[in-house]
Amino acid sequence: MSGEEFVPLSLTPMLIGIFAAVACALPGNFLLLRRQALIGDAISHVVLPGIVVAFLMTGMIAAWPMMLGAAGAAIVAVILIEAIRRLGRIEPGAAMGVVFTTMFAGGVLLLEQSDTSTVHLDVEHALYGNLESLIWLDAIGWSSLFDATALAQLPVELPRMALTLVGVCLFIALFWRALKISTFDEGFARTMGIRTNLLGLGLVITAAVAAVAAFDAVGSIIVIAMFICPPAAARMMTNRLEDQIGWSVLFAVLSAVLGYVLAGYGPLWLGASDAVSAAGMIATVSGVILGVAARFGPCRSRAGAPAGI
Amino acid sequence: MLLDALLLQLGYNATLVAIGAALLGTAAGITGTFLFLRKRALVSDAVSHATLPGVCIAFLVMVFLGGDGRNLAGLLLGSAVTAGIGLLCMNWLTRNTRLAEDAAIGAVLSVFFGLGIVLLTVIQTLGVGRQAGLEGFLLGSTAGMLYSDALVIAGGGAAALVMILLTRRPMTLVAFDPEYATARGLPVERIDMLMMGLVMAVTVVGLKIVGLILIVALLIIPAVTARFWTERSEHVVLLAGLFGGLSAYVGAALSASAPNLPTGPIIVLVSFAFFALSLFLAPNRGVLAAVLRHLKFQRRVHLRQGLLALAQGHAIYESLTLRLLRRAGLVRADGVATERGRARASKALRDERRWEVVRSDMAHEAAAALYDGLRDIETVLTQDQIQEIDRQIGGPHEVLS
Repeated sequence: MSGEEFVPLSLTPMLIGIFAAVACALPGNFLLLRRQALIGDAISHVVLPGIVVAFLMTGMIAAWPMMLGAAGAAIVAVILIEAIRRLGRIEPGAAMGVVFTTMFAGGVLLLEQSDTSTVHLDVEHALYGNLESLIWLDAIGWSSLFDATALAQLPVELPRMALTLVGVCLFIALFWRALKISTFDEGFARTMGIRTNLLGLGLVITAAVAAVAAFDAVGSIIVIAMFICPPAAARMMTNRLEDQIGWSVLFAVLSAVLGYVLAGYGPLWLGASDAVSAAGMIATVSGVILGVAARFGPCRSRAGAPAGI
Repeated sequence: MLLDALLLQLGYNATLVAIGAALLGTAAGITGTFLFLRKRALVSDAVSHATLPGVCIAFLVMVFLGGDGRNLAGLLLGSAVTAGIGLLCMNWLTRNTRLAEDAAIGAVLSVFFGLGIVLLTVIQTLGVGRQAGLEGFLLGSTAGMLYSDALVIAGGGAAALVMILLTRRPMTLVAFDPEYATARGLPVERIDMLMMGLVMAVTVVGLKIVGLILIVALLIIPAVTARFWTERSEHVVLLAGLFGGLSAYVGAALSASAPNLPTGPIIVLVSFAFFALSLFLAPNRGVLAAVLRHLKFQRRVHLRQGLLALAQGHAIYESLTLRLLRRAGLVRADGVATERGRARASKALRDERRWEVVRSDMAHEAAAALYDGLRDIETVLTQDQIQEIDRQIGGPHEVLS
């Protein structure tokens, strides 16, 4: 494939996919170890009403109001889950199920009731995004990477996603020691003076920011898959947190690249004429990676505990 | 219009849909209770998302064989197959790897759903042009439902209910106390599988009405709602069925009464309304009851402390305490104890002395464990025992005033 074709059509979606995958996989590692893996699932559902409300209030599809709306909805959801769990003394899984289904239902109802037919806002779009459309039309080849006028026309999702990734990395790097200790032994972390509640909230907010940014670019299905599958596969490979994070980044990048290529070119190789959904394919590839790791990974079984516990 | 819908006056199909939804909601509520008591509520989320690839594959197969592709029974059969595969994957992941159940749920959910979306786009690009119906499975759509579809749903809901009726006893036992069930020799693992099978059946039947993203709400919310009202497992099951059936019926009727009211989300919102009401109003476990209980407790503590202060001749500055004492007629407006107040105060002080004896005497250990500063000593000890204690303390003293 030549640069003239690859750079404008595939480079940016691929990069956005990679950034989104890694930004979700990084906090996913900690969420997985803390048994909060389904937070990504919940966040990606509740983002919908936030976006719809933001649209109804501003009347346009613009990035910032929607990001704010989505983030607001995520925070409302976290508070609601916590409130229902405490007030009703309900187990967290069920409380989460109550909140995210209700908020999602509210979002769908709002969407149906309001006149959004003129703009590109629908449930399908929210679910599986539109990675393929994030192309860079001004590029003419690899040389465009050094061309300021062409660079100015990059899809806005690319710098935004890159920025999010940097933010997520910064959070994890800054709080690395505290995160690591509080994830494995919360009681010990508290005796060392680490504010575990605040740290946990910070982690959830970081995850929410990553989810919302990725959601905007690639749809919720990648978000859920990337929060769980690469970290879970990485967990089968090693017992050390540092290595696990390394593996998870590798798996996330691998799923994004392989998934994008398979979705874009796979059908062509099979003789069909159109591409299939890249978001769905990336999630599928990450599942295959998880399956292989779960079958052959060196650390796949529980250490020191009999099976079934 | 709404009344018409609730009374089944909106035509044959709407009536069938409402009845089917009610049956489905009842079955979902009951099945969900077993899941909820077993603390596996979110398993249903994985099962429901895993139906999507099955729907698409069934559609492709039926089109490939030259059929219509939109035959509801065929699509539901396909969805059941992949939902089952998803369930097996999840069980395998939790049993044979170090992953916790929530991670397995998330993995199955996202991967199967991703695969389903890939297949959806394949169907779109095949240019068959008749796939519009498939997207209805995401959020459910009852508009333009065929008579035969409605029959399939009503029949499926009824069948699930019959299954539950037949297996309710072992299911309740396993959901409520799996260890005891194992000790009784019940095949817990197989009953768990049956439970999951029921979840699958409810999900598959509910696909058309509620949609695969929201069906999980129908399994979780009624069960959680019912749990507020009772502590007995069989009552939870019944109430959950009632709440589920009622919200599905009202939701389906509401959505038929006006345009742009999608059935699935409306049903979910109706059931959430029941949940919110229960959260606040339920006796004993509800928020309102808890607040009342707290206020009552607060009043008792203040009254008690006020009486002790009166007995020892301390001035009371706490306004709530003063107000409570005044309202009970124990002090006058200027803060001086009334006759009755002095009597109650000296009784309170004496009780406190008696408790001191009780708590320092090993013979009264069991009674002393009940001491919380509020309990009347007469409710714990017999008259004889109190007299015995009084002998140790000595006769009554004049109250200082």
